[in-house]
Amino acid sequence: MSETDVKPALTPGVRLGPLSFVWRPWLVLVTLVLAAATFLVFCLSISIGDFPIGLSRVLATLVGRGEQVDEFVIMDLRMPRALAGLVVGIALGVSGAITQSVARNPLASPDILGITGGASAVAVFSVTVSGGTAAAVIDSIGLSAAALAGGLFTGLLVYFLAWRRGVDGFRLILIGISVSAVTQAITTWLLVSADIRDVARAQAWLVGSLENRSWDQVWVALWCSLGLLVVVAAAAFQFKPLHLGDDIAAGLGVRFGRVRAVLLLCAVLLAAVAVSSAGPVPFVALVAPQVAMRLTRRPTPPLIASGLFGALLLIGADLTARAVLPNNLPVGVVTAAIGGPFLVYLLVRANLK
Amino acid sequence: MSTTAVERPAPRDATESRRRRVVGLGVLAAVLVIAAAASLAVGARALTPAEVWHGLFAGPESDQRLTEIRLIVQTVRVPRTVLAVVAGVALGVGGALIQGYTRNPIADTGLLGVNAGASFAVVTVVALFGFSNPFQYVWFGFLGAAVSGVVVFGLASIGRGAGNPLTLALAGQGITVFLAAMTTAVSLSDTQSLNALRFWNAGSVAGVDFDVIWPVTAFIAVGLVLALTTLPALNLLNLGEDVARGLGVNIAVSRTVGILAITLLAGAATAACGPIAFLGLMVAHVARYLTGPDYRWLVPYAGLLGAVVLLVCDIVGRLVVRPGELEAGVVVALLGAPFFAVLVWRGKFKNA
Repeated sequence: MSETDVKPALTPGVRLGPLSFVWRPWLVLVTLVLAAATFLVFCLSISIGDFPIGLSRVLATLVGRGEQVDEFVIMDLRMPRALAGLVVGIALGVSGAITQSVARNPLASPDILGITGGASAVAVFSVTVSGGTAAAVIDSIGLSAAALAGGLFTGLLVYFLAWRRGVDGFRLILIGISVSAVTQAITTWLLVSADIRDVARAQAWLVGSLENRSWDQVWVALWCSLGLLVVVAAAAFQFKPLHLGDDIAAGLGVRFGRVRAVLLLCAVLLAAVAVSSAGPVPFVALVAPQVAMRLTRRPTPPLIASGLFGALLLIGADLTARAVLPNNLPVGVVTAAIGGPFLVYLLVRANLK
Repeated sequence: MSTTAVERPAPRDATESRRRRVVGLGVLAAVLVIAAAASLAVGARALTPAEVWHGLFAGPESDQRLTEIRLIVQTVRVPRTVLAVVAGVALGVGGALIQGYTRNPIADTGLLGVNAGASFAVVTVVALFGFSNPFQYVWFGFLGAAVSGVVVFGLASIGRGAGNPLTLALAGQGITVFLAAMTTAVSLSDTQSLNALRFWNAGSVAGVDFDVIWPVTAFIAVGLVLALTTLPALNLLNLGEDVARGLGVNIAVSRTVGILAITLLAGAATAACGPIAFLGLMVAHVARYLTGPDYRWLVPYAGLLGAVVLLVCDIVGRLVVRPGELEAGVVVALLGAPFFAVLVWRGKFKNA
C-alpha cells in the first residue's frame, strides 16, 4: 500500500519498554508545527474580541499572573468558547481519522455513520415538538444531553446493524447511509410540521455553533474526550497494521476484530460528544484527516495530527466568524466555506501533479 | 461494484435470460400502471374506479358531485401522478447512470452537488426577490442544479485524476457541503426563505401544475435520450478505461454525454419536486440485483422501478397521517432505507 510498509528495514525504530515507534522525522515535525499553530490560534481566539487583550497578557493570564480585568474576561467569557473549540475540533478530527482508516474510505466520516443525523433529529425533536412551553425547561445543557443520547444511539445502531460475523468497512458505510437517510427524513418532517419560530431555533443548532458555552458544558466535553482519547491511544498501538487489510493484519497476529470494535466505539462516542457540545459542525471530521494525511505524507490519516488540524480548523473558523465576517454567522457556515473549497483545491492540486 | 463481471453465458442461456428480462420489464410496466391508477383513486377523498374514469374523460356536466370529482382528478390527482412517474423515471435512470460513471456503488445524484445547487438557488432567489410561489423559483432550482453539477464534474476532470470515482465523489462532497452551509447562512437571515426551504427540502410531488410539469418533462426526455445513446459505451467503460479505449470508446465524449444526461435528469426532477434523496441509489442497486451489470437492461429497469417506488411512496404518504400528508421524499427515505439496509445485511451488494 505504501513504500514504508514494503521496506520497513529502512525506517529506524524507537523502543521504550513495551511501546515501540517507527521514527518518522517528517511526521513528528508536522505534528509539532500543527500543535504550535493550534496553540497560537487558541491564544488569538482569546485575545480578539470587543475588548482586545494583547497576546502577552493572554499568556500571562494563562499561567496565572494576569491582571484582574483580563482574568475575568478571559476565564469567564472567552475561555469556555475557545476550549470548546479545541475539544470539539480534536474530537471530530480524531473521530474522522479513525472511521476513515477503518472503512478505508475518505468519505466515511461521522456524518456518514449516522451519528450527526441521529443527534440532529433528537435535537430538532426536543426543540420543535416540546417547543413553546417546554422550550424554557430544555436549556442548552438539556439539548446537548439529548443530542448526545441521539448520536450515541444512532451510531451504535449503525454499528450493530452492520455487524455480521465482524464489521466490514463497506457494509458499515452502506448501513450508515441508510440510517442517516432515515434520521434526515425525520428531521425534515419535524421541520415541516413545526412552528416557524421553533424552526429558526432548530436551524441555528443544526448548522453548528460555539456561541454561549458555559464552563459546565466545557468540563463535561473535556473529561469525556480526554478519557476517550486515552483509550484511543492505547488501542492505536495495535491498530497500525490494519490499513494493510484484514487478512494481512490477522496474519501479523493482530486481534483486529476487538481492536477495531474498541476504536470504532471511541470514534462514535467522540463524534457524539462533539456534536452534542457544538451541533453538527460540518466538514471538520471529513477534511481534517485528509489534510493531515497529505501534510504528513502518510498513507492513512495520522491520529494526533488529524485531531490538531481539526482544532486548528474549528477555532480558526470561529475566530473568522467573529472577527472578520458580518452578522455573527455560526462557525459551521465558516468551516464549510473554508473546508469545501479547500478539499476541492487539494483534489485539483493532486490531479495536476 | 464489479468492473469485470460482464456476463458472457453460453448462447442458449443468453436467449433464456433475455426472455426473462423482457418479461421482467413487462411486469414492471404493469405494476407501474396499477400504481398510477391507485394514485388517481387514493387520497383525502377516495374514489371508485368508475368515478376516476368519469373524472378523467367526462366533459362538463350539471351534477355538482361529478363536477367536483372531475376537478379533483384533473387538477390535483393527474398532475401529481404524472409528476411522480416522470420524476421517478428521471431519478432512477440518473442514479443508475451516476453509479455507472463514477463506478461508485454508493453514488447518488446528490453526489454531483445537484440537490445542494438547487437548494441554494431556491433560497437565494426567495431571499433576493421575495418569490412566494414555487412556479417562480423552480427554474432557478434547475439552473442551480445544472451549474453545480457542471462545476463538480469540471473540477473532477482537471488533470491526471480525471474520471477517478473518488475524485468525483470528493469534489461533489466539497461543493455540496459548501453550498449547504451557504444555504443555511442565507436562510438563517431571512425567515421567508427558511420557510420556503423547509417545504421544498422535504421533497414532494404534490401541488405542481402542468405549467411546470411539461417543460420539466421535456428536459427529462432529452436527458433520457442522451442516457440511452451512451449505454453501450458505459458497458465498455465498466470493463476498465484501457479496455474501453482499446475497443474504440471515446472516453471523454462518453463521459461528458453521461454527466450531461445525469444533470438534466436529476436537475429537472429536483427542481420540480425538491431533493428526493436515496431513491436513485436504492433503485439502481435493486435493478442491478435483478438484471446483472449490463447497463442496457439495468437502466430501463432502474427507471421503471424509480417511478413505481416514488408513486407508491406518494400514495403511502397520503394514507398514513390523515388528514395531513407525509411528503413523498420523507416516505422514500423512511421506507427505502430499512429495505436497503436489509439488502446490505444479506450481502446483496459486494465491495469493488
